[in-house]
Amino acid sequence: MLLLIETWTEIISNIIIAILLLSGSFFLLSGSIGVIRFPDVYTRLHATTKGATLGISGLLIGAFLFMYTQYGIISGKLLLAIVFTLLTSPVAGHMISRAAHKAGVKPVTKNRTDEYEKAIQREKQHQK
Amino acid sequence: MTFQIVINLIIAVMWMLLSESYTVPSFITGYLLGILLLLLLNRFIPDTFYLKRVFKICRLILLFIKELVLSNYDIVKLVYARKPEFEPGIFALPIELKSNWEITLLANLVSLTPGTLSVAVAHDNTHLYIHAMNIDDINEEIHSIKSTFEKAIMEVTR
Repeated sequence: MLLLIETWTEIISNIIIAILLLSGSFFLLSGSIGVIRFPDVYTRLHATTKGATLGISGLLIGAFLFMYTQYGIISGKLLLAIVFTLLTSPVAGHMISRAAHKAGVKPVTKNRTDEYEKAIQREKQHQK
Repeated sequence: MTFQIVINLIIAVMWMLLSESYTVPSFITGYLLGILLLLLLNRFIPDTFYLKRVFKICRLILLFIKELVLSNYDIVKLVYARKPEFEPGIFALPIELKSNWEITLLANLVSLTPGTLSVAVAHDNTHLYIHAMNIDDINEEIHSIKSTFEKAIMEVTR
């Protein structure tokens, strides 16, 4: 009886780990496809910042659970890696988009809705 | 808040000294006892009970995870659509948060929520410029950011 329960928990934990790893890699893959398919820098950044964070978190959580169930290791490094991707990815997205805007990349829009550009123009006129 | 945490730590250390066992489990027991004492003597200690704030932080984190999953769902839907239909644009979000780190937190949270990516912060910290996937429903977007994230951040920091 006890043996049966043990095998069942092992099967269930393996399934959970597999789901986490597969979904993580799926989100990473779709983020990369998004980078190819979307029209300009800003929309591409949407795909990378979001897809990459959840994908990497899923992969790392899967790896963490695998280490814990197979070897009984509580790997602090993996948890730290999750925290740092969550912290750095949006900052990177913010900085790249700002740099692109400063370099003069125009966002693809139908009605030219770009409040940031307008604000910069207003400031320039104010300085004159 | 810091005062209460210090008191809680002192109670935990005192518990370790009194029970004369210097292990992690006894520290945790002492800490739990400290929480109980602080809860009982809440009226005589300045500030509200600090775990309330911890709960609010936990709620912010849960909200953030929920929005992250939702935003990934949106992106995946757009990526695999045969003809992706969106109308990107940059809009300005008026913010009421004052200190630098609050604005940093809001910008980072906005970057990881559905359809929005923070592009820049205005020089006088009054606006946040956000790139949106669908510019059509700006007002709704502004309202939702203001009512969820800004409120949650304010609850944590004030």
